[in-house]
Amino acid sequence: MQGSSLLSFAIWVPIVAGFAVLTTGSDRHAGVARMVALAGAILGFLVTVPLYVAFDTSAAGFQFVQLKPWIEAFNVNYHLGIDGISLLLILLNSFTTILVVIAGWQVIQERVAQYMAAFLFLSGFMNGVFAALDGLLFYVFFEATLIPMFVVIGIWGGPNRVYAALKFFLYTLLGSLLALIALIYLYNASGGSFSLADWYQLPLTLDEQILIFLAFFAAFAVKVPMWPVHTWLPDAHVEAPTGGSVVLAAIMLKLGGYGFLRLSLPIVPDASQHLAGFVIALSLVAVVYIGLVALVQSDMKKLIAYSSISHMGFVTLGIFIFNPQGIEGAVIQMVSHGFISGAMFLCVGVLYDRLHSRQIADYGGVVNRMPVFAALFMLFAMANSGLPATSGFVGEFMVIMGAVKVNFWYAFAAATTLIFGAAYTLWMYKRVVFGPIANDRVAHLQDINLREFIVLGVLAIAVLWMGIYPAPFADVLHVSVDELIAHVMQSKIPAP
Amino acid sequence: MQKLYLVAPLAPLVGALLSGLFGWVIGRRGAHLITIGCMIVCAAVSGIVFNDVLQGNTYNGTVYTWLTSGNTHFEIGFLIDRLSATMMLVVSFVSLMVHIYTIGYMADDPGYQRFFSYISLFTFSMLMLVMSNNFLQLFFGWEAVGLVSYLLIGFWYTRPTAIYANLKAFLVNRVGDFGFLLGIALVLMYFGTLDYASVFANARQLGGNTIEIIPGSSWSLMTVICLLLFVGAMGKSAQFPLHVWLPDSMEGPTPISALIHAATMVTAGIFMVARMSPLFELSETALSVVIVIGAITTLFMGLIAIVQNDIKRVIAYSTISQLGYMTVALGASAYAAGIFHLATHAFFKAVLFLGAGSVIIAMHHEQDMRRMGGLRKYMPITYATMMIAALAIAGIPGFSGFFSKESIIEAAHLSKIPGAGFAYFCVLTTVFVTALYNFRLIFMTFHGPERFREPQVADARGEHGHGEHALAEHDETKHGAHGDPHAHDHEPHESPAVVTIPLILLAIPSVAAGWFIGPVLFGGFFGKAIYVAPEHDVLAELGREFHGVIGMMEHAVFTLPFGLAIAGIAVAVYLYLLRPDLPAVIKRRAGVLYTILDRKYGIDELYSFVFAAGARALGKGLWKGGDVGIIDGLFVNGTARFIGWSASVIRYFQSGYIYHYAFTMIIGILVLLTLVFVWP
Repeated sequence: MQGSSLLSFAIWVPIVAGFAVLTTGSDRHAGVARMVALAGAILGFLVTVPLYVAFDTSAAGFQFVQLKPWIEAFNVNYHLGIDGISLLLILLNSFTTILVVIAGWQVIQERVAQYMAAFLFLSGFMNGVFAALDGLLFYVFFEATLIPMFVVIGIWGGPNRVYAALKFFLYTLLGSLLALIALIYLYNASGGSFSLADWYQLPLTLDEQILIFLAFFAAFAVKVPMWPVHTWLPDAHVEAPTGGSVVLAAIMLKLGGYGFLRLSLPIVPDASQHLAGFVIALSLVAVVYIGLVALVQSDMKKLIAYSSISHMGFVTLGIFIFNPQGIEGAVIQMVSHGFISGAMFLCVGVLYDRLHSRQIADYGGVVNRMPVFAALFMLFAMANSGLPATSGFVGEFMVIMGAVKVNFWYAFAAATTLIFGAAYTLWMYKRVVFGPIANDRVAHLQDINLREFIVLGVLAIAVLWMGIYPAPFADVLHVSVDELIAHVMQSKIPAP
Repeated sequence: MQKLYLVAPLAPLVGALLSGLFGWVIGRRGAHLITIGCMIVCAAVSGIVFNDVLQGNTYNGTVYTWLTSGNTHFEIGFLIDRLSATMMLVVSFVSLMVHIYTIGYMADDPGYQRFFSYISLFTFSMLMLVMSNNFLQLFFGWEAVGLVSYLLIGFWYTRPTAIYANLKAFLVNRVGDFGFLLGIALVLMYFGTLDYASVFANARQLGGNTIEIIPGSSWSLMTVICLLLFVGAMGKSAQFPLHVWLPDSMEGPTPISALIHAATMVTAGIFMVARMSPLFELSETALSVVIVIGAITTLFMGLIAIVQNDIKRVIAYSTISQLGYMTVALGASAYAAGIFHLATHAFFKAVLFLGAGSVIIAMHHEQDMRRMGGLRKYMPITYATMMIAALAIAGIPGFSGFFSKESIIEAAHLSKIPGAGFAYFCVLTTVFVTALYNFRLIFMTFHGPERFREPQVADARGEHGHGEHALAEHDETKHGAHGDPHAHDHEPHESPAVVTIPLILLAIPSVAAGWFIGPVLFGGFFGKAIYVAPEHDVLAELGREFHGVIGMMEHAVFTLPFGLAIAGIAVAVYLYLLRPDLPAVIKRRAGVLYTILDRKYGIDELYSFVFAAGARALGKGLWKGGDVGIIDGLFVNGTARFIGWSASVIRYFQSGYIYHYAFTMIIGILVLLTLVFVWP
């Protein structure tokens, strides 16, 4: 099939580029490493563009399918293919990788090649997750993403990096091991197939479904992360270098949301419906509880980390209300959150690079010295508060519109984010950026340089574009989401 | 014509972008020339559009599809009818005047280009709001004007009070928007569309539906929707109990107090309810809530204005009180009267604010009226225009405020909605209050001794402890080169022409606008834009008694409102011109009452204690208790500790010494032997 190796490019170009970066060796060739990494990241993004261009928004099913045997003894296949949901996430991932490489350009001075390579590997692995149509292949990529991120936090992280890296690794690994059990069970139940397509058709009793659902849930809820298994995220963010935080928030969290959409809902639809109330309750707790917790954070990165959890609550809420607005809203929210949280972490990174502090109390009056930065940061803060005409509004709006159809109080609780989101974001902004110059160190701040301006400027355009004209993003989703909902509505419990 | 509709909002947007992004290239002069040029285009287009709708033309069409989801199309589009055209005219005209005025007011400010960018951006947002043909775009404009208001209140971003006030304004508005968005969600759920025309067309049909949002008690769908939408209006239009942000918004530069926090943005809520009249007419409960909230706001916020000493705060409370009038009109189903008052108020309140700004410049950024006085001979134009505005707001026959206010009072009188009696009492009483505080302002500022010549007494300012004027003075860096603000050694003088000409141009409609009352209120001016159920149609009843503006004025002279207005002015004359020693005596005598008003009924304190501090305490509790304590402490690290502990216990079984193992084996064998042989 023509163009069917495009997905392989999306996966393997960054990985090969990562190896190429590693061959530059020690930091004596850091300049070369950076250039190779940038070239690899850009190339990695360019090979995903044809996916969007050639994507048929009216066709159901998976596109750009590639199927090759991998481990024939166990009937494991190298089986790739995407629908509209995966498409957006692959584009987001490859796009973000470029920004991360540029953002680490000057900040990272030690082990540059390894740092850049880690992100390129990560990018490839995550594209692998989004493109995999084979259960085991999915799992391999899903777990593989842990390694580069573990390394990034553990090596380039802050003072408490070992605790954070270990917590991140164990927390997420524990969840996904349960998912592996579910995968093996499904393999047996389906008579020896790892194909997702086969699993979508597999009849399962409600009890089986619930157990499988819970196993998947353990993996994906930790990844999203949902309350109450979210506590690894603030620690990981605080210790991670800026680039790590950006990728973590912008892409890695989406693996959880994507897992629900790709595995949980279509494979165990009855259990998904059966337990939807439970998931929704946890999502709403995330929105309200985490919103309040975010309010009192004194560390900027922690605050944004909690804000991420709260925003991801909209994703899980949207997914489990099973209507087009909810699920499309959830996917849009994932993409938008990728832009916004990435930008927010980059903004904090800009400040951290200058003053080496993440504490809100160490700042104040930044606008006096960094007006350009303050303007961009304001845009992202407003987007984080869900202001219309920024991307932050679109997903929240759609999910609330979808939720009210299910239950008025779901929408009510979710809409409190209008107040909490604005409160914690703008209060932080006020204390950091506004006001008279707080201390000598702030007085010596330099405004952002061209490199920082480009990174933040590109994200600003993305945030505004998606807010003012989101239709191109949503249009690739309609058919895929309709199909997904059809799967969910189709009971798989075998007739007695 | 359709292309022209786009020009109206886009012209200010272009101005805003050029001045905001390229302000450093085009310079100060370039910024005001470009933005004002764009505003002239915008105002001219608004005039053409207004003229066009007067010919009976309307337009309802889509610009582009924002998003499609399921079967729903979310669109950006325009609805141009007499209601939106009237709003466009008012908004663009006042905005143009404020743009011109700003050249004078902000002349020394380092953020000159930024300021022009913001007010142009505001005009764009406000026009998108009023021109919208659907709820989504309404919400877009709604939030966008909130954003610009936030940016402008915090314009002087180094002042702690300003950045406190803008955060407060944004958050209180967000509380309103919270209800508003839920209202929109319910509309979408039941009507399947957010397009005004389709929603209104089906409103009656779906009006009978009930929903159970609390299991067991069913509510009329329309009541729930209208109440939720009205929560949004309460936030934006500063209705009790969401009014707290508006007085603090006075921290912003005066031109925006005039444009945003008096003439246009705060009236968005009034406009929205009028636009939604086909929905509100279906719920008497909602109308009843509206009229009562409006009545409470108008009287109780008016009372606070009497005890304020900051010239801008007097006008701010006056604005809230006047918005209350408009809300009462809405509740009485006299939507046209509400919009009419909105328009007249936009003009005379803009004059009051811009006049106050002119005084503030002359006083070197002094805002305390106790340190003014006798200014009328120095600033005749400011004095004359503000006097006209004061007469208008007091409702003296012949001035615009008289016509609009009189019709609201009569509407409240005739309305049969539950709560209308209370509202009638409130709006009547407020006539007296309004006259009193406005003429107190005029007399304290322009008449009497020239108190600004007196040496400064530290106490005089410390008395209230609000300190906003003190701050305004100390913050000289942001106020630019006004010299030493404490030195009133040179005479105050009239402001330059860029300030006085807008005052004069706005004073003209402050008088004249009222004379159009006949066609606007009783001639079906708004046509199909506003729907009134026949049983609520108080304006029709009023119209039957209406025999021209002259007749209305002649009649009014013998009625209670006129008497009350005259009484209010008379009391102000007595207290502030004839016996200026008396207010202090009254203040002492009425200690408790004065304190209650001075503390604004303690609502600010209540909110900051219950909501702001409460949310922080709750957040802290959940974080320390929930996240750090239970989840991380007990489960996550607890699991790790448990594994460590159990390992440390089990470790003893593997000590590595042969004799330990031998000893254990012997004991084991003994136990087994005992069990086998001794037990049975």
